[in-house]
Amino acid sequence: MESLLVLVPLAAAMGSFLAPGRGIASWGFLTSLAIPALAAGTAMDVYQHGARRISLGGWAEPLGIHLHMDGLSVIFLIMTALVGALISIYSAFFFKRDTARHFWPLWLLMWAALNSLFMVSDIFNAYVVLELVTICAAALAVLSGKTESLQAGLRYLMVAMAGSLAFLLGVGFLYAETGMLDMFMLSWELQGGPVAAAAFGLMTTGLVMKSALLPFHFWLPPAHGEAPAPVSALLSALVIKGSFFLLLRLWVGVFEPAGITSHAAYVLGCLGVLAVLWGSYQALIQPRLKLIIAYSSVAQVGYLFLMFPLLCTVPEAPWAEKAWAGGTYQAISHGLAKAALFLAAGNLILSTGTDRIHYMKNIASRLPMTTFTLGLAGISLMGLPPSGGFVAKWMFMQAILESGQWWWAVAPVLGGLLTAGYVFRILGYAFLLAEKEPRMLPVPFVLEKIPLILALCSILIGFRAEEIIFLLQEHMLWAIEVEGDS
Amino acid sequence: MNLNFWLPLLVLCSSLFAGLIIFMLDESRSRLRTALNLFAAAFKVVAVHYMAYRLLVHGEMHQVGFSMGLGFEFLIKVDFLSLMFLALSSNLWLVTTLYAVGYLEGSPNRSRFFGFFSLCVTASTGIAMAGNLITFFIFYEFLTLTTYPLVVHRETRQALEAGRNYLWYTIGGGSVLFVGIVWLHVLAGPFNFTDTGVLEALDPAHYSTLVIIFALLIAGLGVKAALVPLHGWLPVAMVAPAPVSALLHAVAVVKAGAFGIVRVVFDVYDREFAAGLGLLEPLAIVAAVTIIFGSVRALMQTDLKKRLAYSTVSQVSYITLGAAILAPFSTVAAIVHLVHQGIMKITLFFCAGNIAETLGLHSVRDMGGVGRRMPVTAICFTVAAFGMIGVPPVAGFVSKWYLGLGGMDAGLEWVVGIMVLSSMLNAAYFLPVVKTIWFKHAQKKWRTKHSGRFEAPLTLLLPALATASMSLLAGLWAGWTWSPLGIAEQIAAGMGALP
Repeated sequence: MESLLVLVPLAAAMGSFLAPGRGIASWGFLTSLAIPALAAGTAMDVYQHGARRISLGGWAEPLGIHLHMDGLSVIFLIMTALVGALISIYSAFFFKRDTARHFWPLWLLMWAALNSLFMVSDIFNAYVVLELVTICAAALAVLSGKTESLQAGLRYLMVAMAGSLAFLLGVGFLYAETGMLDMFMLSWELQGGPVAAAAFGLMTTGLVMKSALLPFHFWLPPAHGEAPAPVSALLSALVIKGSFFLLLRLWVGVFEPAGITSHAAYVLGCLGVLAVLWGSYQALIQPRLKLIIAYSSVAQVGYLFLMFPLLCTVPEAPWAEKAWAGGTYQAISHGLAKAALFLAAGNLILSTGTDRIHYMKNIASRLPMTTFTLGLAGISLMGLPPSGGFVAKWMFMQAILESGQWWWAVAPVLGGLLTAGYVFRILGYAFLLAEKEPRMLPVPFVLEKIPLILALCSILIGFRAEEIIFLLQEHMLWAIEVEGDS
Repeated sequence: MNLNFWLPLLVLCSSLFAGLIIFMLDESRSRLRTALNLFAAAFKVVAVHYMAYRLLVHGEMHQVGFSMGLGFEFLIKVDFLSLMFLALSSNLWLVTTLYAVGYLEGSPNRSRFFGFFSLCVTASTGIAMAGNLITFFIFYEFLTLTTYPLVVHRETRQALEAGRNYLWYTIGGGSVLFVGIVWLHVLAGPFNFTDTGVLEALDPAHYSTLVIIFALLIAGLGVKAALVPLHGWLPVAMVAPAPVSALLHAVAVVKAGAFGIVRVVFDVYDREFAAGLGLLEPLAIVAAVTIIFGSVRALMQTDLKKRLAYSTVSQVSYITLGAAILAPFSTVAAIVHLVHQGIMKITLFFCAGNIAETLGLHSVRDMGGVGRRMPVTAICFTVAAFGMIGVPPVAGFVSKWYLGLGGMDAGLEWVVGIMVLSSMLNAAYFLPVVKTIWFKHAQKKWRTKHSGRFEAPLTLLLPALATASMSLLAGLWAGWTWSPLGIAEQIAAGMGALP
């Protein structure tokens, strides 16, 4: 079942590439039906039987390729399945035929790569799928073919490639030092030392560049802002999460046991706080809706990096559970809410032809569904209850205060206020009466409903956290499992 | 899975689902919308009264809750203190809905308005029934979000400005409250409102932190309760339509803040423990300052709605003052004033709305002759204004009397002084209005919408009449077991605050 999560979208990608006829979107539809079911099955499996490893083709430890399924990976798989499926349905109605021909193979291939990234257990394979994700993402970003998007996409490609190279170099160092590539064997074998530290630095830098943490965030707003709406949604909701997921895995699984993370963790935490503040501030002054949403991604990703100082500085910290819950909830609810926002912005552009917020006057009366979506997703971003974002903020705040590292509280408190600032800036324009009624085209039924469903999901996950938190505890079982195998 | 379990959820969902369905209704289906609204409101009133009966007569509590994991528990519970706020919000929702239907007839975006109106009531019901601080906070913030579209409903620049102002205050207050609540949970672990004594059992080394947390909680709640200097949003938010102002001032926002303060003092900190930490006296002083400040500012306003707004600032703090004084009478006063202030203030806003709608008058100076043209409205206004001043036998007198008695009991004679001073100030800003309405002649021609018609339309008049008679009856029959005062005494006894 786990390998089907990769094979199905891969096959569909091939299919849509070879048969780009009138029914090209049906490849996407079929995948959207299959993947959520498969992901749910896998999640149920982990929920009932705990974390486990799968050897592909029956090859044993250092030789074969392994998949590692634990709570964290199935949570990300489910999030990707849900967001990916809904965006696929949206895209089927959004793209004209000539663009669809390029969109579907790229997106389905990226879906396969993302799914395998969440299950990978070997750092070299991780590099391969990460690279695949990057290339597909960069190609998708330039899909519209406009000059601005080409520039932005090329810049994105350069940064992401540099990040990949740094990561690959780190992989090489680790292999030279220990002679192994499997993350979960490394977590036992790797000791500190200059080579390990260099590998740590390189891999961290590479992944941080791809995740758009503060000093490396510059590529994100233009790339996400210029892409077509469904692509922006995919890039913001899923692609950034891929590299972040790998970073988290490596830190907690490999480098923290080797004892080389503690100082760097504070650096990442500080950068995270700065990203929250700077991204939110930039979002406050942007003139275009999609740029506001893109800068909001910079800020929201910043929150995720608070996990590192909370998890990787004190071994066996009693607040670790809450930090895990906070970070994971933040990742999921941001994925859902951000996809909803970008798709809603897409609807707005379809209807009015622009996303400049000065032209958004009075959309509250004329596009009530879209305004409602913007509001709901905004609630989750602000971390106001009841929403997934609130659970994230609550858990983070508890972990922060329990750990005594109270200074991190700046991010959720001040960041929440700034987020409220830009969300209500958008809504304020939406409620403003227009002097003269601009022309507006009606938005197709499905296109209006999909973002609403995504936004509702980001709210609804705030009502039920117990299962997800239970799944996360499965994650703690890694080390024991590996020990049992060898 | 019995009625005890379902009833609180049904009470919560009656307005929630009504709101969600109304969002989906077409703008033109006004009759269906009204029917739905009134049905949900009536259902809620019946259910709430049934729960009150079960609790007060049979001592049966209704509750429902589930865990979110890691000590994050969602709990809805109807206890003694919830009851008063619940009864207030459900009854006044019914009345205000009727009023709003009449007030907004024919204006645009009514689906949106009534949708958020229902959600807003859901939020205040949730605040009333919250069984712990987390649940309370969830609904408290939900209230902020659902009232914003109501404040900016007119969509004018001024309304948006007021809305932005309102948001900055409330969301800022919300984050302060959030920090306080999380901190409290980190110190004491998860706890419900019924587990009083949790904080007392903590290591005394934490007591100084508890003082800081108390300050954070009160600052967060004080924004909505309009404690000076956090009251700035309230007068500005007056640009909202009259039913919204009525709702904000009497039932939802301001009351939510005051109720939160009562909860924190009674059920989180426990009053004796709070007094031991030296927290109650500063709170009482802040409340007293707010009472006087609000009244003085009200004196300076010429716009009727603005004057009423500052009067709210002052009157709501009676509740805080009652909660902050350690005496049984004050407890009763705090609880009963939740209701008394609600019914009197909503009457005043209804009347102000009627006058503005029918005759186009906003400034106090222009209100000459209103008494002759709109006698029923004028009578209602007068009754409520007298209540605010504290003239017996209107309800306001009862609250003030008990507050004064409580102050004497606790040995804080200055409370009586505050009561007297405040009543004089109340008289100074309400009596001129009453005098102008009844005894002055009209100075200029009225901009009437319905020329020649006597009084305001019936849908606007009846709610005002209903709440005005409630204020009068609550004062006249205060001694009856089931009057607001009687129930407040039972509640105080149920909480163990009465000997």
